Amino acid sequence: MALDLFKEKGVPLDRQVFTWKDLVQRPYSKLDDDAFTRVRVILMNGIEADALRFKHIAARMSRQLREPLALIRRVEHHQQTMVNWLNPADQSPLETTLGFEQVAIEVTASVAQREPDPYLAQAYRFGLLEDFDHLYRYAALYDRLEGKDPNYLIQSYSDIRPGRPTVVEHRHPLDDLRRPYDMRTAHPLTKIHAQLITAAEYQTHDYYMTIGPMFADPVARQLYAEIASIEEQHVTQYGSLQDPDESLLEKWLLHEAMELYGYQSCLAYEGNPRVKAVWERFVDYELGHLHYVMELFQRLEGRDPAEVLPATLPDPIEFKSHREFVRRVLSQEVDLRANGTEFVGKAEIPPGHRSLIYRDALNAEGSPSEIAAAGYQWTPGSELAARGQRLATGPEGRLQS
Amino acid sequence: MKKTSSDVGLNRTGIQTSPIDSKEAIEGARQGIPSSVGTEAAILEVRALYARESDGVGTVPVPATFKGMFKTAKELLKGNKPTVFIDKLGERAGFERTGVRLYEAALGKFDIHGTWAGGPSREQLEKILSDELSHFVLVREAIEKLGADPTALTPSADLAAVASKGIPEVLVDPRTNLVQCLEALMVAELTDNAGWELLIELAQGLGQTDFVEQFEQALGVEAEHLMLVRRWLIAGVTGEAGVREEAGIPVV
Repeated sequence: MALDLFKEKGVPLDRQVFTWKDLVQRPYSKLDDDAFTRVRVILMNGIEADALRFKHIAARMSRQLREPLALIRRVEHHQQTMVNWLNPADQSPLETTLGFEQVAIEVTASVAQREPDPYLAQAYRFGLLEDFDHLYRYAALYDRLEGKDPNYLIQSYSDIRPGRPTVVEHRHPLDDLRRPYDMRTAHPLTKIHAQLITAAEYQTHDYYMTIGPMFADPVARQLYAEIASIEEQHVTQYGSLQDPDESLLEKWLLHEAMELYGYQSCLAYEGNPRVKAVWERFVDYELGHLHYVMELFQRLEGRDPAEVLPATLPDPIEFKSHREFVRRVLSQEVDLRANGTEFVGKAEIPPGHRSLIYRDALNAEGSPSEIAAAGYQWTPGSELAARGQRLATGPEGRLQS
Repeated sequence: MKKTSSDVGLNRTGIQTSPIDSKEAIEGARQGIPSSVGTEAAILEVRALYARESDGVGTVPVPATFKGMFKTAKELLKGNKPTVFIDKLGERAGFERTGVRLYEAALGKFDIHGTWAGGPSREQLEKILSDELSHFVLVREAIEKLGADPTALTPSADLAAVASKGIPEVLVDPRTNLVQCLEALMVAELTDNAGWELLIELAQGLGQTDFVEQFEQALGVEAEHLMLVRRWLIAGVTGEAGVREEAGIPVV
């Protein structure tokens, strides 16, 4: 049954407490858990990171909200800790990266299909094809640096093949801004989607910026630098979908609704009982936050939260493979480009366009994404399995061991 | 580009870098009183607490082709646990495959830095690379014969990768030379030799005589890799140190 946002109060803020042992729980298994458990952990870590980010910036701009922001922010910091610490230690930064890209593909695909506003849906499909390409580039890097199979992480849910090539994704900043939705007419789900995907992409950016310099290989360091730059573009794109005329408090209210929606979606799909218990607990915490902010919204803005929030949450994010949808978008929209706020065919970008100048300058000394994946085609067991196969069956026969 | 490994320079990491500041730092630390009593054993206690609650890193997958597995299991088993063999085969397969990438990187170092008296030739490194690939194919085929999935990451393969994750990092770092990389390759070859020995023991215990023969051949080849790597490393290091006349610093 759908959750009634106005009746369900969740756990009150003063009962949202943790211990260090509680925050640091047993992680999921990289080997045994479903890839979508990793996807959910990565997504919700990103959403909580954004909850903190938003609240810190909001507090710099609002005297009257400083205290309530501080109170909820501290709980959310601890929520983020508990979620992020579910990642296991045997999952290397590059492996977690593959998980980040799977989030960007499968969650964005779900959002793109549900989005009521056709322009925003187009923006999600546009970004999706770029993250789809990132998965392919990182998969090649993983295979070629460490001799491992990226499908250990992807579990055959997503295709590992080129999307819109990363080398052409670099755009002038003004070609990454989009038209915002109109706060007065937009569907609540449109608002929730925009905050959700912005949060996910922002964390992807921050993660790459943190781990990129930990790699020894110069192509790996360059590839993280290159893809982090695209993630910054994506944060620009998705962040610009939000109506800048919404008040801080209205944005906050929507953020809490978005967090709740995220946890509820996770709860609907989770198969790991321990992880599921975390989602369940945080659905109740988020209901507590939502009601706290609803009260502020009513008191400080004199507005009814029902003007902004839906009565019940939308259907959950579909944590499943969207292979057919992604393939269709790939075949139909891979050649789209951005010109200002509009999506156009690549032939419509005139020579000398600011994004071409920008892109050519960045790529002038070579393209890390093209180098990392030169000639790469994923095959089960890594490209070395294919090479080994040729060795075993080739005219020269098996190499003698 | 730097060819040598151990030159004198402005290393600042030791206490002798700044005797005045070091004296202050030692005094400052001495004046601080620990806020809790005990020793590093406290960390072990928490580790033990988590260990008791842990489920391990993961499992060996259920074979997709039960038929092959059951048939083999019957031959193999006699009360034994066939998944141990699959787990360790998975470990070897992963290690050999990573080994191919290691020697690709080593060849890159060779092309940049060249060799030295008593060091490797390009052909020797190429030969090891193809040996690693052919060993990967050998183990992969063994896993297939047992009806198991050669593309699965087994718990032992996962842990072996965790244990050796620093090795590729030494090899792909543009700041290292081939002698320094040989140090990392020696760690890999030592582990690899021990791994093959264990695999042979398992195959023998399970009566897999076909495998025993092939694995012994592979071990022979790996033993040679280890001997060569050790020899090249010693020649490189003693050459730079100037303690062996016949060796010299790397030359292109």
